[in-house]
Amino acid sequence: MATPPLLVVEDLKTHFFTRRGVTKAVDGVSFTLHAGETMALVGESGCGKSVTCLSLVRLVPEPAGRIVAGRVLLEGEDLLTKSPGEMRRVRGKKIAMVLQDPMTSLNPALTIGTQVSEVVRLHQKLRGAALRERVLSALRRLRISAADRRLVQYPHQFSGGMRQRVSSAIGLSCEPRLLIADEPTTSLDVTIQAQYLELLKEVQAAAGVAIILVTHDFGIVAAIADRVAVMYAGRIVEMGTTLEVFNNPSHPYTRSLLRCLPDAGLGRQKLVEIGGQPPDLSRLPAGCPFAPRCPERQAICLEQSPPTVSVGNGHLAECWATKPVSSPGSP
Amino acid sequence: MIEAFGLKKYFPASSGFAIGASGWVRALDGVSVKVGAGETLGIVGESGSGKTTLAKIILLLERPTAGSLRFDGKDVASFTRDDLARYRRSVQAVFQDPYSSLNPRMRVEHIVAEPLPRNGDMSRAEKSDRVREVLQLVGLRRDSAVLYPHEFSGGQRQRIAIARALVTYPKFIVLDEPVSALDVSIRAQILNLLKGLQEKLGLAYVIISHDLAAARYLATRMAVMYAGKLVETGECDAVYGVPLHPYTEALLSAALPLHPSARRQRIVLRGEVPNPMKPPDGCRFHPRCPKAMERCSNEEPEGREVKPGRFTACHLY
Repeated sequence: MATPPLLVVEDLKTHFFTRRGVTKAVDGVSFTLHAGETMALVGESGCGKSVTCLSLVRLVPEPAGRIVAGRVLLEGEDLLTKSPGEMRRVRGKKIAMVLQDPMTSLNPALTIGTQVSEVVRLHQKLRGAALRERVLSALRRLRISAADRRLVQYPHQFSGGMRQRVSSAIGLSCEPRLLIADEPTTSLDVTIQAQYLELLKEVQAAAGVAIILVTHDFGIVAAIADRVAVMYAGRIVEMGTTLEVFNNPSHPYTRSLLRCLPDAGLGRQKLVEIGGQPPDLSRLPAGCPFAPRCPERQAICLEQSPPTVSVGNGHLAECWATKPVSSPGSP
Repeated sequence: MIEAFGLKKYFPASSGFAIGASGWVRALDGVSVKVGAGETLGIVGESGSGKTTLAKIILLLERPTAGSLRFDGKDVASFTRDDLARYRRSVQAVFQDPYSSLNPRMRVEHIVAEPLPRNGDMSRAEKSDRVREVLQLVGLRRDSAVLYPHEFSGGQRQRIAIARALVTYPKFIVLDEPVSALDVSIRAQILNLLKGLQEKLGLAYVIISHDLAAARYLATRMAVMYAGKLVETGECDAVYGVPLHPYTEALLSAALPLHPSARRQRIVLRGEVPNPMKPPDGCRFHPRCPKAMERCSNEEPEGREVKPGRFTACHLY
């Protein structure tokens, strides 16, 4: 792509300093994201995907958590060197977030109208009728029916799917350039999840916003992501376009994950298990963190960190066993 | 082995300060299912469809408002004390969240031994042997019996919960969302374990899940629920292959395939699951149904066998 990327993350490291030692929750994450693109960040709990997102907006819980290295460039400006005041003007305006559980991310004691207008008032400096118009259009865009009546209602009067739409309406109300959605559909039913994902895609196409979608569900990745980054133990172990990664998974962890998932369309073939447990991030083994569970482990994997290997077409994998490929597509 | 006929469960709904019930939540409204020995019935549906209420009735944790539950041909309502004790030994459960289903203050051996009868004919040594035997069966070390739940990971905790369900030599286990709380890489371990145990011990399962893929992996027969009603039952492969009821069709199409090239036109339902206090007249699915006819809004469809072994409640057939 000729246009400069919207977001460049370089070697981001976020560590937590606790009595038990240093937990390297994010340990050298780099990626770029273009406007209008959807990138999925997949991995199991504790692999660092949520901390990566929090680091982008500098909301890592302090003082235990600290961003110790790296750069986060949004439209060329480094977010990590901004003052707290400048950062507040970025959050909600340029980068918005939608969290997993709308029942906890919305304030139960304030009306929906108050909660949506708060953001618009702060960032767009609108007041009165113009503010109300803007709030209504934000809600309507996410298909909240009878939005004018809904303004005076409280979150408990909304169903789960509607609450998630309200929370997305808040996120998108100031036309952000980047939306970070952290497991937005985990608390929703399947048919409501399908509704929400469909709507998200539609709104994205209309607004041209880039999305970082955090999920552990490869079904969601396959359905809406343009690119995937698979995380394990604080690092991106494989990254590429969605089709590339699914057709030619180049890291043993991705391969194992794809083999161990039951597919509703396929029925009863045997699932291939991944043995062992995800690693303890404060006591990471030497070498590749996946090595103890890896079916393709070699001697070197236990000693040295694996190199990043290009398998063509911007498809990267961090593994000793993966053979570099220069021509795109071929395995 | 277990047969349910026309089970209904209405919960009284009180609104705030009003005294007495202001209405009834019809959690379950006339459901009949059957599970034979060694079989796995998958019950799928969205939240509020009544699947957990059905499980609670099977586990005798709730008494049905109407309808009957039979075990080996005998009505549960007419059970004697001995029958009840036998039923409770034969029918066990594994719940969703192994963090809340295991008492953090008990050692694993006491957790697992809890379902064993207190005044039974087993000595303390026999009980302890049995506990270690089932721990081994679920893939844990025999000496993990002396540890506490917090010393285990999520997947291992779920194994402890499964061990507890197995300790009384049950014939039938109700699995309520057994893998939903687990990490993706651990799910396969537990699903394979459950499948292996079934083959080894000849267990019958009821698996309740909103995860259609997990349900399909274990189930031989499938029951789809919507708003307290059974909308479709049949052999698993047949239901997934050619869904009959429009709701089943929409539910299956909402399940996301695991490959981007399989992105397909999804049937996206409008609206939401109806309020169980005021279910719509006629077919409960008709306000959201893409194939609704006039008849659907005033006449409630009966469950009928429309193809051999396939029951559905829909006016289309």
